[in-house]
Amino acid sequence: MDPAVKKGATRRDFLYLTAGAMGAVGAGCAAWPLIDSMNPAADTLAAGSTEVDISKVEVGSALTAVWRGSPLFIRHRTPAEIKSVRDMDWKSLRDPQPDEARTLKAEWIIIKGVCTHLGCIPLGQKPGDPRGEFNGWFCPCHGSQYDVSGRIRKGPAPLNMFVPPYKFVSDTVVHVGSGHDFPNPGF
Amino acid sequence: MSGSKEKDKFDNKTVQWINDRLPIFSMMNNEYGKFQTPKNFNYFWNFGAIAMIMLMIMIITGVFMAMNYVPSTTEAFASIQHTTREVNYGWLLRYMHMNGASFFFIAVYIHLFRGLYYGSYKKPRELVWIFGVVLLLLMMATAFLGYTLPWSQMSGWGATVITSLFSAIPLVGGGIVTWLWGGFSVGQPTLNRFYAFHFLLPFIICAVVFIHVWALHVSGSNNPAGVEPKSDKDTVPFHPYYTAKDSFGTVVFMTIYFAVVFFAPLLLANPDHFKPFNHLQTPPEIVPEWYFLPFYAMLRSFTVGIKIFGHTLITAKQQGVAAMFGSILILFFVPWLDKSPVKSARYRPVFKWALRLLVLNMVMLTYAGGLPAIGKALVMGRIGAAYYYFFFLVLLPYLGKREKTLPLPESISADFTARHGHGCCATVKKALVPFTLGLGLALAPHAAHAADTPPLPNLHWPEQGIFGHYDKAALQRGFQVYKEVCSNCHSMKYVYYRNLEAIGYTKEQIKALAASYQITDGPDENGQMYQRPGKPTDHLKSPFPNPETARAALNGALPPDMSNLVNAREGGPNYVYAILTGYVPAPKDFHVMAGHMYNEYFPGHQIAMPQPLVAGQVQFQDGTPNTLDNEARSVAEFLDWASNPHMEQRKRLGIKVILFMLVFAGVLLATKRKVWSDVT
Repeated sequence: MDPAVKKGATRRDFLYLTAGAMGAVGAGCAAWPLIDSMNPAADTLAAGSTEVDISKVEVGSALTAVWRGSPLFIRHRTPAEIKSVRDMDWKSLRDPQPDEARTLKAEWIIIKGVCTHLGCIPLGQKPGDPRGEFNGWFCPCHGSQYDVSGRIRKGPAPLNMFVPPYKFVSDTVVHVGSGHDFPNPGF
Repeated sequence: MSGSKEKDKFDNKTVQWINDRLPIFSMMNNEYGKFQTPKNFNYFWNFGAIAMIMLMIMIITGVFMAMNYVPSTTEAFASIQHTTREVNYGWLLRYMHMNGASFFFIAVYIHLFRGLYYGSYKKPRELVWIFGVVLLLLMMATAFLGYTLPWSQMSGWGATVITSLFSAIPLVGGGIVTWLWGGFSVGQPTLNRFYAFHFLLPFIICAVVFIHVWALHVSGSNNPAGVEPKSDKDTVPFHPYYTAKDSFGTVVFMTIYFAVVFFAPLLLANPDHFKPFNHLQTPPEIVPEWYFLPFYAMLRSFTVGIKIFGHTLITAKQQGVAAMFGSILILFFVPWLDKSPVKSARYRPVFKWALRLLVLNMVMLTYAGGLPAIGKALVMGRIGAAYYYFFFLVLLPYLGKREKTLPLPESISADFTARHGHGCCATVKKALVPFTLGLGLALAPHAAHAADTPPLPNLHWPEQGIFGHYDKAALQRGFQVYKEVCSNCHSMKYVYYRNLEAIGYTKEQIKALAASYQITDGPDENGQMYQRPGKPTDHLKSPFPNPETARAALNGALPPDMSNLVNAREGGPNYVYAILTGYVPAPKDFHVMAGHMYNEYFPGHQIAMPQPLVAGQVQFQDGTPNTLDNEARSVAEFLDWASNPHMEQRKRLGIKVILFMLVFAGVLLATKRKVWSDVT
């Protein structure tokens, strides 16, 4: 090939590639604001915490609050229930976690009440509800069964129910959304 | 679209497989790779592609705006505020969308002018032209519908005025208007259906664009010489020659568009667009967007009914409405009004000047349409409307028959050779002047607003200019003034305590500040409202629970919400400063009504707000002398921040975007030159 022609062709290829690359980069950068606009807005992020009064929750009963649009299960556990979830071989569970790593105070279990299978809300908060074989929660959609620590024991769900960050503001008020961060492997 | 049975061959097997079943690659190749295009286009031929890109930008930003928009009369305005303030890059979506409409119209108007100037509507391209006019009508409808959605003063009253145009139709007009509204005034049903149509029409526009381009590809493109291609020497394949040229032109156009989006997003916006719709009070001056002003001026030019034997045959209203709609509809008939065998205005010495005069006429109409409808605006409107119709109904047919035209070039390639190398952009450069002038004049009336008040002081604000940013100390002083003085009457319901972090307060300070207010919340489990300390996520506490309480407490006056005040006033922070320092004794012969004060800068001079600030009123925590000047300046700057909280982020991103676009334009220009270097 004539060197002059070749030089011209190289220059043309270089310009094509540069123009194409800049177009692609520009379009890519332009896509980011669009994608990011679908993330939670500033007000949604700011509204991430809630305070719950737990003074009226008797031993053995439960309260359902709302946190970030999802139900928050708060259960005042009996000594027998605490014993059932603590004196056991947790290492053999599907999602192995000791109850101590999921609670701040032994008598209170606080979890996001959403089944880790496909997002339904398990039963077990009201007195007449089925609670499954482990006396915790039973998901009516596909039969996942949780114990009184919110750990998955039977059924299709892969993980324990999520423990949100929280702290006790006083003995009767719990602040959910910030405070102690619990390990939630898998989330 | 090719009728040939022969199958195209492609190197890539996947492409071949798809193409054998759905010949989409053959189509692309035929319509762009092989499509022969006259080689003598000037830059006016960019604007079809530019309009197409603007349509895409409008659809994309529009879909993402729709994800945040609530079509409810009580929520719409707030949802737009929420998009602008709280949604990630929401301000960018909104400013791209609202300015995108203007730039879409700029592109389309230049495209339309190109068609008229070079006779692109003539045989065999009549249908290309007609579908183009259909597109213009659809675009106008879509733009109007979109303008109503923020449910601002301009939205609501624009919707009322435009729908009321149909009441000019004899007998059934009133019924049609009620039907359009779905009620007896513009309201919830109107907003809902306008939203549905605003979402639907762009997709119909896409379909018509397809037909427009299809028809164009059957007849082939016109060109500046206006002679049809005779041989292969006259044409080049569309790709890569015109893809390269269109890309360059598009990027230049978009650089200007982005400069407005990032550095002057409210340049073309009316301040009344930042006030929520009040269905009991029309703003003193209502004007449409600049791109409708010429037609609006024609609408207002007719003030006397036509009478026969004492009976009004055609009312002034009917004449105005007919003139306005007629001005667009007449475009459909242009291919038959102009019978000249010569297409391009280059070779039509009289037509050329008649058309340039029409452009100037449109500029004058734009200017007139933005002025209050009295005096010289009406005179200009009448002259403008008269020339417009004279051009289409008299000049076009007459010149088509009688004009002595110049000799046409032998062929496109002869024209190309004659012009190649010297001043390819001369035509565009010449045309830029009237278009820029037109845009400038469209804006001019806003500045001339409220002639009975002195011109606003033109202070220097630290946030001005491309590199300007807010002065945090001034913002904090301004917040102190708001908190201690303004907040006794004015709410700021789109600003939250947590937002104050941006002006330099710590999280702890904000928590303490919020907690110092008692906020009504509820109902609790007993159904009772209760008081609780404020939280950072609360909006700044409103002084009154509802507008009625405010009116009852303040002598019937309703203090406006201040979240958007600077954007909602002509002159922005200068206006706020002027009002705060404009309380002077009334002239001797001026009667001030009870419950009002005299203020030099307030339109009409009678203001219901007692003088809010005096020297020494606020003890600034940072020790700044508490002169009236300092108090007024800092609160004006604070309100500017409240209206435009993302300004600094916007300018920072803008600088990056503009730099990128300039480099990109340079690369594309080099590419275009390289591609065209072998065309002689």
